[in-house]
Amino acid sequence: MAHTRRAVERPLSPHLGIYRPTLTMTMSIVHRITGAALFFGTLLMAWWLLAAASGPTAYAKVQAFTGSIFGMLILFGYTWALIHHMLGGVRHLIWDTGRGFGPAEREWLTLATLVGSVGLTILIWIIGILFMGGSR
Amino acid sequence: MSHKQPSMRTPLSRVRFLGSAHSGTDHFWKQRVTAVALVPLTVIFVFIVIGLLGRNHAAAAQILGSPFVAITIMLFVIASAYHMWLGMQVIIEDYVHSDLKLTLIMCNTFFCFVIGLSCLYALVKLSFGV
Repeated sequence: MAHTRRAVERPLSPHLGIYRPTLTMTMSIVHRITGAALFFGTLLMAWWLLAAASGPTAYAKVQAFTGSIFGMLILFGYTWALIHHMLGGVRHLIWDTGRGFGPAEREWLTLATLVGSVGLTILIWIIGILFMGGSR
Repeated sequence: MSHKQPSMRTPLSRVRFLGSAHSGTDHFWKQRVTAVALVPLTVIFVFIVIGLLGRNHAAAAQILGSPFVAITIMLFVIASAYHMWLGMQVIIEDYVHSDLKLTLIMCNTFFCFVIGLSCLYALVKLSFGV
């Protein structure tokens, strides 16, 4: 053996790999991923606000980006991440009070945040497109 | 006393130095306070953005510089920057265990301040039209 001082094989507490994936577990991971995505998404918000403060030329560049297919995809993802993280946060706030931990409750709470975030995101985009008159 | 004290240490002495990190539930609590603030602020922010869709620069700048919109977005920016500062720190602490950890935690702080201040500067400029 190459290593003379081999680490002792102590039992480890079970981690992600050993559990069957559940909805609450998946949504917990998604909550963190959407949080991290929103962290970097603030770059877009800062760019947008600074462009508005800079002038028409800078603002036109933001509008060209948000009007492109790629920009719209980013914005759609941003909308969903924002709404999902918000609803997931509300669920965590409910859990913080010690409520909603029953087997049925925790499942429907978690499912509600997922269904709610997808539904609200589509609703926001429908309102948004109607507000713009269908085209720009 | 009706309940049995588990040790000779009083509850006060246990909380006096606020645990091993000496900050107690400070991080947890600030994460929750900003989270609660962000729920209504996010909803209003989304409506403001919808109202700005498709408008040209002059109209957008005027709306963004109006008191209600500017103040609401400023509050949204402050709460968001603080919330993501705390949140990203936890993510770094969970996954990075090398010397890189301190550097990343510092970068996280710088990023959140740069984003927060940039957005606030833009909104102040739009509000006062300098």
